[in-house]
Amino acid sequence: MNSIWTITRMTFREAIRRRIVLTGLILGLCFIIIYAIGFHFIYNSFRGVESTMQNAPSQQALAHIADTEGVNTLMLAGLYAVTFLSIAMAALLAADTLAGEINSGTIQTIVTKPIRRSDVVIGKWLGFAFLLLLYFLLMAGGTVLSVLFQSGYAPRNLLAGMALIYFEDLLIMSISMACSSSLSALATGGVVFGLYGLAFIGGWIEQFGAMIQNSTAVKVGIIASLIMPSESLWRRAAFEMQTPLAGALGMSPFGTISVPSPLMIGYTAVYLLAAVWITIRVFGKRDL
Amino acid sequence: MDNISAIETHELRKVFGERAAVKGLTLQVEQGEVFGFLGPNGAGKTTSMKMLLGLIAPTSGSASMLGSPIGNRASLRHIGFLPEHFRFQEWLTANEFLDMHGHLYGMDIHDLKARISELLERVGLTDFRDKLLRTFSKGMLQRIGLAQALLNHPKLVFLDEPTSGLDPVGRRLVRDIIHELRDEGTSVFLNSHLLSEIEVTCDRVAFIRHGEVVRVLELASLDTNQSDVTIRASGLTQEVISGLTKWGKNIQANGETVNLTISAESALPEITRYLVTKGVEVYAITPQRVSLEDIFIETVGKDGGL
Repeated sequence: MNSIWTITRMTFREAIRRRIVLTGLILGLCFIIIYAIGFHFIYNSFRGVESTMQNAPSQQALAHIADTEGVNTLMLAGLYAVTFLSIAMAALLAADTLAGEINSGTIQTIVTKPIRRSDVVIGKWLGFAFLLLLYFLLMAGGTVLSVLFQSGYAPRNLLAGMALIYFEDLLIMSISMACSSSLSALATGGVVFGLYGLAFIGGWIEQFGAMIQNSTAVKVGIIASLIMPSESLWRRAAFEMQTPLAGALGMSPFGTISVPSPLMIGYTAVYLLAAVWITIRVFGKRDL
Repeated sequence: MDNISAIETHELRKVFGERAAVKGLTLQVEQGEVFGFLGPNGAGKTTSMKMLLGLIAPTSGSASMLGSPIGNRASLRHIGFLPEHFRFQEWLTANEFLDMHGHLYGMDIHDLKARISELLERVGLTDFRDKLLRTFSKGMLQRIGLAQALLNHPKLVFLDEPTSGLDPVGRRLVRDIIHELRDEGTSVFLNSHLLSEIEVTCDRVAFIRHGEVVRVLELASLDTNQSDVTIRASGLTQEVISGLTKWGKNIQANGETVNLTISAESALPEITRYLVTKGVEVYAITPQRVSLEDIFIETVGKDGGL
C-alpha cells in the first residue's frame, strides 16, 4: 500500500512540477469565463423575448418552457465541450506515463525496488484519477455554476450526469495507460483518439438511425459502442440531464434519442477494468 | 547468511528473437567481494545484470541473490542499483528524489531522513539538496544516482558503468565508495570497460564474451607472480640468451632487446648478476607487469568478440 501511495504522490508532484496543473487551471478558467459571459448575453436576450410575450398567461407559460429548453441546451453544449476537453486531458496525461519512463529508463530504479510492478500501475492510475477529478470539477463545476447563478437553473439528475462524464474520463485514461504499456506515447495517442472517433461517429449513426427508425443503422452504432463505449457514457449523461420535453421530442442537438441501457454502462465498467488488468499484465511481464 | 553467495547463477540464458544475448551464464559472487564483470560492448553484460535485477525475464536457467531466487520481491530488498546512462525524475529536488526511492524501499521515515543527510554529505551534494535535478550537471547526477543505490544499506550493490561521464575527482569518489563498501562487507557487482578502474577496485573479475563467462581471474594474483621483463643491453650473444631460460620463458631477442616472462620478481637481481658476469653491457632491465588490458585482449580476442 505504502509503495502505491508513493507512486501516486510522485505522479501528482510530476503534474504540478511539469506545469500540467498550472496550464490546465489557467486555460480552464479562461474557458469558464468565456462560457459565463456568453451565457450571460444569450440568456438576457431570451429574457428580452420573454418580457415582450407577457400579455397572456398561456403565452407566459410557453415562454417559460422555451426559456428552460434554451438554458438546458446551452448547459449541455458547455458540458459537451468540457467532456471533450477532459477526455483529451485524460488521454494526454496517461499516454506518456509508462512509455516515457520505459524509454528514458527512469522506470529501472523504480521497479528494482522491493515492490510489485502492479503497484506502479495502480499508483499512477490513482494519481491520474485524482488529477482528472480536480480538472473535471473545475470545468464542469464552473459550467454548471455559471448557469445556476445567472438563471437559477439546474438540470435534473445533475450528479448522475456528472458522474457518467467523469467515468468517461477514467475510461479514456485507462485505455491510454494500457496502450502506453506497450506502445510509444505518439502511437498511444493515435489509438486512443482513433477509438474515440469511432465511438463518436458510431454514436451519431445510432442517433440518426433511431430518428429515422432504421434498425440496421442503430445496430451499427451499437457495435461501434461495444468496440469503444466512451460515447455511450456521454449519451447516457446527456439523457440524465436533458429536459423531459427534449427527450420526448428528440430535438436537442446535445440530447439523446437512442439511450444507452444500464447494461451498456455495466459493459463499460467491465471494459475499464479490463484495460487496467491488461496494463498490469503487459507491464508486469515486459522486459525493461 | 555466511554460507550464502551474494549471487549465484546457473546457465542463465536470454534470447531476443533469433539472437542469444546471454548464452548460458554460470557464476558465483561471494558476500563481501567486489566482482568485476568485463567484456566487449554487446557481450551481454547489461542484459545479465538486468536479469538478476528482474528487469528482464530469463529465457531459461536459474539464479539467486542473497539466497532468494531472482524475479521475486524478496530478492530486491537488500539490493542497490545504479543503471547505466541513468536518467532521473528531473522535476524532483535531490532530497525529494532520495526520499521517493527510500519510500519505495519501505524504509522507516526517521532512518531515511538521517540516511539522506549522510549520503548527500558523502557524495558532496549537501548544498544542493533542495535544488531541482534538472539543474544538475552530469557528474552531479551520477553522484545522486550513486547515493540512491546506497540508501537501504544494501548487502549487494550493482553498478553499471558507474564512472562513465565522471571527471577524475568523481572517479576517485566512486572508487573510494567501493572500497568503503568492501570494508563494510558489502558485495559489489561492477560492470565496466574502464579496465584501470576494475584493476584498482575489484577482487575478482569475470570475462564475458558472446554471453558466456570465458575466464574468471583473481586480481591479487596479477600483482607479483607473472610479469614480462624487457632487457636492453649490448653484447648479447646467442649463448647468453639461451642461458636466460633458467629464469624465464617466452624468450624473444631482437637486436639489443630481449623480452622474457619471469615467474617471480626475485629473478630480477639474479638475471642482472648473470648478465654482468657474462660481460654484457646492461642499459636497462624493465619489469612490465601483465596488465588487465593484456589479459582482456588475450581473452576476448583483438576483434573484441565480434
